[in-house]
Amino acid sequence: MTETISGTGTSAATRPVVPVLEAHGLVKRYGNVTAINGADFELHPAEVLAVIGDNGAGKSSLIKVLAGAVVPDSGELRMDGQPVSFRTTRDARAHGIETVYQDLAVIPALDIASNVYLGREIRRKGFMGSVLRRLDMPAMRKDSADHLADLRIGIKSVSQAVETLSGGQRQGVAVVRSATFGRRVIIMDEPTAALGVRESGQVVDLIKQLRDRGLPVVLISHDMPHVFEVADRIHVHRLGQRAAVVRPSERTMSEVVALMTGATEPTERERAGGS
Amino acid sequence: MTGTPTAQRMAEAPPARRVTLAGVLRQPLLGPLAALIIAIVVFSIITDSFLRPQNLSLILQQSVVIGILAVGQTLIILTGGIDLSIGAVAVLGTIVMARTNDASGSFLALLVVLVLCALIGAVNGGLVTSLRLPPFIVTLGTFTILYATTQLVAGSATYQVPDGPLTVLGETFRIGGFVTTYGVVAMVLVYAVAWYALSQTAGGKHVYAVGGSPEAARLSGIRSNRVLMSVYVLTGVIAAIAAWAALGRIPNADPNAYQNANLETITAVVIGGTSLFGGRGSVLGTLVGTLIVGVLRNGLTQAGVDNLYQNIATGVLVIAAVALDQLARRRNR
Amino acid sequence: MSLQLSGPSSAGRRRSLFAGVLVVALVTTIACGGSDDAGSSVTSAASAATSAAGSAASSAAGGATSSAPDPDAGAGVTIGLITKTDSNPFFVSMRETAQARAEAQGAELVALAGEFDGDNEGQVSAIENLVSQGVDGILITPNSSTGILNAIEQARDQGILVIALDTATDPEDAVDATFATDNTKAGELQGQWVKATLGDTSPKVLMLDGTPGGTVDTFRHDGFLAGMGLTNDSPEILGMENTNGDQTKAQTAMENLLQRAPDANALYTINEPAAAGGYQAIESAGLTDQITIGSIDGSCTGVQNVADGIIGATVMQFPSRMAEQGVDAVIAFAADGTKPSGFNDTGSQLITDQPVDGVESEDTTWGAENCWG
Repeated sequence: MTETISGTGTSAATRPVVPVLEAHGLVKRYGNVTAINGADFELHPAEVLAVIGDNGAGKSSLIKVLAGAVVPDSGELRMDGQPVSFRTTRDARAHGIETVYQDLAVIPALDIASNVYLGREIRRKGFMGSVLRRLDMPAMRKDSADHLADLRIGIKSVSQAVETLSGGQRQGVAVVRSATFGRRVIIMDEPTAALGVRESGQVVDLIKQLRDRGLPVVLISHDMPHVFEVADRIHVHRLGQRAAVVRPSERTMSEVVALMTGATEPTERERAGGS
Repeated sequence: MTGTPTAQRMAEAPPARRVTLAGVLRQPLLGPLAALIIAIVVFSIITDSFLRPQNLSLILQQSVVIGILAVGQTLIILTGGIDLSIGAVAVLGTIVMARTNDASGSFLALLVVLVLCALIGAVNGGLVTSLRLPPFIVTLGTFTILYATTQLVAGSATYQVPDGPLTVLGETFRIGGFVTTYGVVAMVLVYAVAWYALSQTAGGKHVYAVGGSPEAARLSGIRSNRVLMSVYVLTGVIAAIAAWAALGRIPNADPNAYQNANLETITAVVIGGTSLFGGRGSVLGTLVGTLIVGVLRNGLTQAGVDNLYQNIATGVLVIAAVALDQLARRRNR
Repeated sequence: MSLQLSGPSSAGRRRSLFAGVLVVALVTTIACGGSDDAGSSVTSAASAATSAAGSAASSAAGGATSSAPDPDAGAGVTIGLITKTDSNPFFVSMRETAQARAEAQGAELVALAGEFDGDNEGQVSAIENLVSQGVDGILITPNSSTGILNAIEQARDQGILVIALDTATDPEDAVDATFATDNTKAGELQGQWVKATLGDTSPKVLMLDGTPGGTVDTFRHDGFLAGMGLTNDSPEILGMENTNGDQTKAQTAMENLLQRAPDANALYTINEPAAAGGYQAIESAGLTDQITIGSIDGSCTGVQNVADGIIGATVMQFPSRMAEQGVDAVIAFAADGTKPSGFNDTGSQLITDQPVDGVESEDTTWGAENCWG
């Protein structure tokens, strides 16, 4: 990789870059319903790529394929140009892809540290860990607290249950979790849909921080102002396909909405993927 | 930069926390524990006989079978399920134990029942995971099957079990002035192991996760079916231990015994603050719940209160406990 | 645990504290309210004493009875009564009579019960708790003839008088004494009446049994066959089913039996609910004139069924005598250490409006005055 990215989203990268994560010709059918109809997808290094689309456009299915939660009928996935295939979310996670789900991200009754490390718990060293399988809660708490502090999420104790947190704080925990383990890509599915204005703002800040650290973020959202505030590029999904990729600097919100609903035709460059 | 913490941040992190008494007593356990203590205090005041060591030992002994079974019930309820067959598994266990004891010796009898009960658990778990049937329906079905099977195996007779390894959990020993049975020790051990597994291992966290939010658990890469399966098999094993303890308590295997055990375990679990909706609760709560029921029954008898009033008291407590759970859930919405 | 909790969590803590206080309040209310209620239940038992005394007088007409109680004889005596269940009217009658009888002599009675037929654990716990409380005597209708022997032995080792009511233990001398119906004799009475009613017609018998393996069931079953002059292998027996003494199960069982043996002419029933269930099936099949039904129990419902012609005859038991004699025995034991012993038949009486030669019986009018429940 030779490309350097300024990170503010306004740099007009003209030379081709190797996408961190890309998909070509994805198809997924459920019986007679075609959820994904030959969709393409490209995520560049250190960018925030917003994925927007009307309800039923198939963006959830697309995201689930990228996260390993759905196996496509055909099409190919690549990371750094190399073909990969995900049978489960575990496979995707093994490749460093972490997903933050809208409402299902956390287990309410478990404490924050346990949530952050859910499914990837750290065991103690030696006999206690290997034979008695005892968790290293102090280590998990300490690391979780560090990550929360890194992302400036104001939670005092990581041993409190997630259900005692506000909606924004819960989403923060989910983001911390993905940031802790997401080495390559972070996908966020409607992270602000259930949140108030102030809390949504916190999540948008989190997304910016992740990008500033060099982690590319895929953001699925209905919230146009947020999308325009944070996205470097916008992937418009329509009828199970990528209809266009636009730059927020080149289009207005109403134009993007028109693209989304099919009222406007994209330019040739936008149709081809934008770059 | 990745998410790995730097040494500097580690230095800023709060000091490592340990398992403390306060931690153990945190949150949902507080209510039931306070109820237990107050009940003990009240009965100590209004009766002369309640606080005698031998009477307290009695309450423990009376709690052993239901107490052990309630651990299995807690595990299953934590996963969001419910086990209506757990008592029937134990009763079948006692009958098979008594019959194989005659034929092939005590240790083999214990082994046979252990394997049998684990297998029944595996059948329950298999139906729940592979066919995606509701645990309520699955265990209702196995309960009916097991009840009939028990009658068939028993030939509708009861079996006296001679003193030996099968009744050893009923034997007493003395600690200072306190005489108790090995069954009580077995119960305490089962609780200790279950508490450790649930709170100190990844498997335990996954049980909470699967019960608290199945979808989130799946998306977190937890193999829910594997978690459920091990919980059901483990519950079978626990039922076998309860069967052993039951023969210690009453050395007579009776196909008609423990018909209410399923409901009594649910009562203990619910009074102990574990949510019937799954994902919330603890085995320590269940221990307290079991003891509350035992203390109420014993204490009210000491106070000369008739049976029916004792049942009313237990019923009120169950409803109160569930209402509190609902209240807690609503608050956290 | 650290106290650095954010706002919502400390609210949670306050909530759980509140929860604790509430449950505590509950338990204490239950405890105190319970004792009050127990007091009031004693009062209601006392008010029932008059009616019980009435029934005692009327059972005097029926035969054996106990003398009028001395109001101070039982002062300071505590008696535990453990019935099989709380719900069966037979045990309710036993409990109410025992309460009245104890109250009449100044004794205290604690009534406990198993949760269901076969609840050995519940009865063992009840015995243990009564022993721990320090009662003078325990009256028990054992759910299992063998399952509770250890607990009974421990109670007797503590110097507590233990009397089995209604159901004997196995071995019988595991308790100090047994006050019960001679169930073999009761079965015989039923069998003799059915046999005499059939007259020269050769019997084609169906049997609605109770719980397999129960001693009472076996005694009644075998007694009936003896009264009929049959054995278990006799070809005259066309079918047997277990009903657990439950009306619904009995109806289903009888429906099935009638499919197999529509020409049956006699029906043995373990108790009156089984007889009522059997009658439903017979009526649906239109065979009421063909089949003669005999039963055992003597509940007021059963006697009414005899009067209505649903059941041909029933053999009355006397749970109130069991309770009265049991209470009296404990009070006597507390006073001077005299212990009753052995099996004491509390009597059985054939009730029918179709008397037959050679079997002594009373009519349903007498039955209605002496029935229980």
